[in-house]
Amino acid sequence: MKTFKIGGVHPEENKLSAGSPIREAQLPKQAVFSMFQHIGAPANPVVKKGDEVKVGTLLGEAGGFVSAPVYSSVSGKVSKVDVALDASGLRRMAVTVDVEGDEWEESIDRSETLVKLADRPELDGKTIVDKIKSAGIVGMGGATFPTHVKLCPPPGKVAECVIVNAVECEPYLTADHRLMLEHPEEILVGLQLVMKAVGVTKGYIGIENNKPDAIKLMTEKAAQYPKIEVVPLKVKYPQGGEKQLIDAVIGRQVPAPPALPIDTGAIVQNVGTCFAIYEAVMKNKPLIDRIITVTGKSLMQPSNLKARLGTPFSQLIDECGGLPEDTGKVIGGGPMMGKALLGLEVPMTKGSSGLLIMRQDEAKRAETEPCIRCAKCVSACPMGLEPYLLAKVSELRDWDAAEHEDIPSCIECGSCQFTCPSHRPLLDYIRLGKSTVMGIIRARSAK
Amino acid sequence: MNKLIVSLSPHVHGKDSVRKNMYGVCIALLPAMLASFWFFGLGAAVVMLTSVVACVFFEWFISRFIMGRQRLTILDGSAVLTGILLAFNLPSNLPIWIIVLGALFAIGVGKMTFGGLGQNIFNPALAGRVFLLISFPVQMTSWPVPGQLTAYTDAVTAATPLGGGEIPAATDLLFGQMGGSLGEVSALALLIGCAFMLWRKIITWHIPVSILGTVAVASGLLWLANPEQYMDPLTSLLTGGLVLGACYMATDYVTSPMSHKGQLIYGVSIGLLTVIIRNWGAYPEGMSFAIIIMNAFTPLINNYCKPTRFGEVRKEAAK
Amino acid sequence: MNLILLAIIALGSIGLIAALLLYFASRKFAVHEDERIGQVGAVLPQANCGGCGFPGCSGFAGACVKAADKGSLEGLLCPVGGQPVMEQVAGILGMAVEASAPKVAVVRCNGSCENRPRLVKFDGAQSCKVQQMIGMGETGCSYGCYGCGDCVASCKFDAIHINPETLLPEVDEDKCTACGACAKACPRQIIEVRLKGPKNRRMVVLCNNKDKGAIANKWCKASCIGCGKCQKVCEKFEAITVTKNLAYIDAEKCKLCRKCEEVCPKGAIHAINMPPRKPKTEAPVAQNAPSVQSTPNTPSNQNVEPSKAE
Repeated sequence: MKTFKIGGVHPEENKLSAGSPIREAQLPKQAVFSMFQHIGAPANPVVKKGDEVKVGTLLGEAGGFVSAPVYSSVSGKVSKVDVALDASGLRRMAVTVDVEGDEWEESIDRSETLVKLADRPELDGKTIVDKIKSAGIVGMGGATFPTHVKLCPPPGKVAECVIVNAVECEPYLTADHRLMLEHPEEILVGLQLVMKAVGVTKGYIGIENNKPDAIKLMTEKAAQYPKIEVVPLKVKYPQGGEKQLIDAVIGRQVPAPPALPIDTGAIVQNVGTCFAIYEAVMKNKPLIDRIITVTGKSLMQPSNLKARLGTPFSQLIDECGGLPEDTGKVIGGGPMMGKALLGLEVPMTKGSSGLLIMRQDEAKRAETEPCIRCAKCVSACPMGLEPYLLAKVSELRDWDAAEHEDIPSCIECGSCQFTCPSHRPLLDYIRLGKSTVMGIIRARSAK
Repeated sequence: MNKLIVSLSPHVHGKDSVRKNMYGVCIALLPAMLASFWFFGLGAAVVMLTSVVACVFFEWFISRFIMGRQRLTILDGSAVLTGILLAFNLPSNLPIWIIVLGALFAIGVGKMTFGGLGQNIFNPALAGRVFLLISFPVQMTSWPVPGQLTAYTDAVTAATPLGGGEIPAATDLLFGQMGGSLGEVSALALLIGCAFMLWRKIITWHIPVSILGTVAVASGLLWLANPEQYMDPLTSLLTGGLVLGACYMATDYVTSPMSHKGQLIYGVSIGLLTVIIRNWGAYPEGMSFAIIIMNAFTPLINNYCKPTRFGEVRKEAAK
Repeated sequence: MNLILLAIIALGSIGLIAALLLYFASRKFAVHEDERIGQVGAVLPQANCGGCGFPGCSGFAGACVKAADKGSLEGLLCPVGGQPVMEQVAGILGMAVEASAPKVAVVRCNGSCENRPRLVKFDGAQSCKVQQMIGMGETGCSYGCYGCGDCVASCKFDAIHINPETLLPEVDEDKCTACGACAKACPRQIIEVRLKGPKNRRMVVLCNNKDKGAIANKWCKASCIGCGKCQKVCEKFEAITVTKNLAYIDAEKCKLCRKCEEVCPKGAIHAINMPPRKPKTEAPVAQNAPSVQSTPNTPSNQNVEPSKAE
């Protein structure tokens, strides 16, 4: 079975919510829409206090090419355009809407009927990309990179195939898994739209082998489209990393930065993104909701919720049985790459793939011991780096050495720290080194 | 509710720990330890106990009173492991005071002068052994004949195969029916332990296989060239501390290279050095010296042997 | 006999060849250096702190010599050695040196555990820059001190330490050389190298919060809310400016009249090294000034609204 070639670890899967079907979350009383829901320039608010908005009304327009607009997911009145705490742990510009009723913009098609690509022959690549751009779609696996940018390869680079990332290698998370089981046709249409938009004829769907039901269903449904192939993959973290997935599916490795994944000819899109693309293009629905896994070992009902963006996390937790007494840590995203939240009143954003509640005993890191140079981090690193060394030189603030050891290649997957027997905070220091070195490199190239 | 904990990802850990690895190696050494008790009886037990107790004591004493560290480091198992490995490298009739001296050198000079666990350049147990070998060559190279279960310092000694004694049958070598240091004699018990370590993923195959392979090939070539003068490869593999060194001493985390490429270079070099020292050096057994020499080269190997970076494969293919 | 002779000849010739090699190598690869650089370097503190902006003391010495050749030592200052060392340097180079006032590092945050409660617990590598990656940090203040001690690690003079009770760094003014390493190390630019002031007395706003008053006030009892009262009371000297909801006292203009300290509703302005005030001796100096009690907005009142006047 295929997989990526260097490193990798196998964390406990803990897919507690794999069997629970997606259910609709309740409307929040107040929704907060951060203008920083994507990588790149923030969106600029276009509403002011007191404005009436509907579901699908534009709240913030894209602040540049690498940016995405933000739409309201609720109807009601804008009560504040001010800074608010978001999932990144910072106070940043956001629009707050007090919810009244549930009125939708009329342009949105709310019917359930499936629209296939063959039904809409007039769609061409440019229209599709424009629709995706104006719908505010970003990478929904968690990276939140604006999708339309990925679909416009830089000059000289040619796309050869599209890979759908249905790996979901993060432990606990099941949102993509459920989405595949419940909306396979829509995902396939979404994939075809991407293929058409970039003008390629080959599409792959990479699914890890711990989801046999999804592999079976997707293979069945994909049989009607000869150009789409479902690729089962061996379970290994971080297979969902873009570079690792390309290596696993088509066996090509993205060269070191500044090379981009497109250099291998592959464009990777998450399952959730494909679904959002389908809705945006075929149903005219901007990105206003998403599937989120709310899970945790002591949570009463681990579930997959279809929730409106801007809903506070505390409400989602309440819908799954309330916050357990022994909560030690709340994580936005999965346990390997997610971000610990500073509070529960933080709103859900486009990149919120999961909400994980950890018990106190799980949450606390074990005491750090001296590095015994066991080289387990070196074996685990999927990028072929030496994490122990990167962490050490970063701790000692030796940025030249860090750059020489290719610290910018780190994808921050956390495999090194996961495997470290001395419980060293390797990735903490590597992140510190990476951000500093990247800053130095940027400053140098600006000169 | 309690304060939420925040930290950077990853938020889960693989549950591996220093202790698990250290005690894992200790468990892997159990079969060989039992074999040594079987062959050398009381002497083996006394040497083993003295060495372990002395190592743990010196580690505690030095870290607590000389380095002034508050944290107790003796429970992480590294001192126990050093003690066992040191004992494995000593003959079973060694007087207690020499063992304590060896333990002091191993822990004091070999490990704690560099800053304790993870900082040492040389394998502490080997440093202790080499120190004793140079200081007390007579005591260190007069090995008791196996089977004297109640004898200690009064045991009858004989020369070992490498020292010019008679070469026993291969099966005796495999099970350990020969004179030698405690842990060296039973290759089979050592290999069982090594298999355990590979299964528990405590070590990877690179170092033991490259050392054993190199010794087999190099001594095989010599033997083919002149069977009269040189030992046959199987005997070379099974005598002396070769298996012990290849599986337990050279694979010491702290003093071996980090990348697989580096580990292969390190293993092959140890193998070659061992064959050279055995056949043309002053000492009959070259394993400890070979490992110590390559320990010194480890930082250099780490500097030049980087793991293959992601993306490099394709770059080379494109050229 | 023959053997001894042979050994002497062999070793002697090896020594001779090696000596010749060394001699030629030293001539071939000799680096010619202005001897004044060595002399200047000798009077420098040799702490290699980089506070002067050059890589170490020898770098600074080189820069001094170069500058002297151009005719002026202006802009060059060894913050560690200060005036006496610069005079010595100027003496060696035959130059005059302008007087510069002594400076000291000031930690502009008073968010102690009591003033600024910890909301969450950070668990990770002890470094402010690492904690910065989780966002605001343990408290609700986006601008305050993380308390992990990157400044302590950066100090080469043992002059800054974290107070275990307040979890804030404190500067030892006698040891501080104003090299500025801590100010550079602080990811939130809380530490400022300021004029020491006459008799080491100075007025400082001990806050760095640029959030709007309501947010700043909500999470810290000792925050500046940008109300502008201090600016008003200082109209005569124009030493205080409020930018981005934060007051700043220009040390060069400040006359140490302490009026701003009196009017600050949050007690964010501190008079350092000044004698206790006369009228109410029981009030501690560094804490809220006595006049605070007469203003409606006491620090304990959580609903202070910033004045919109300014």
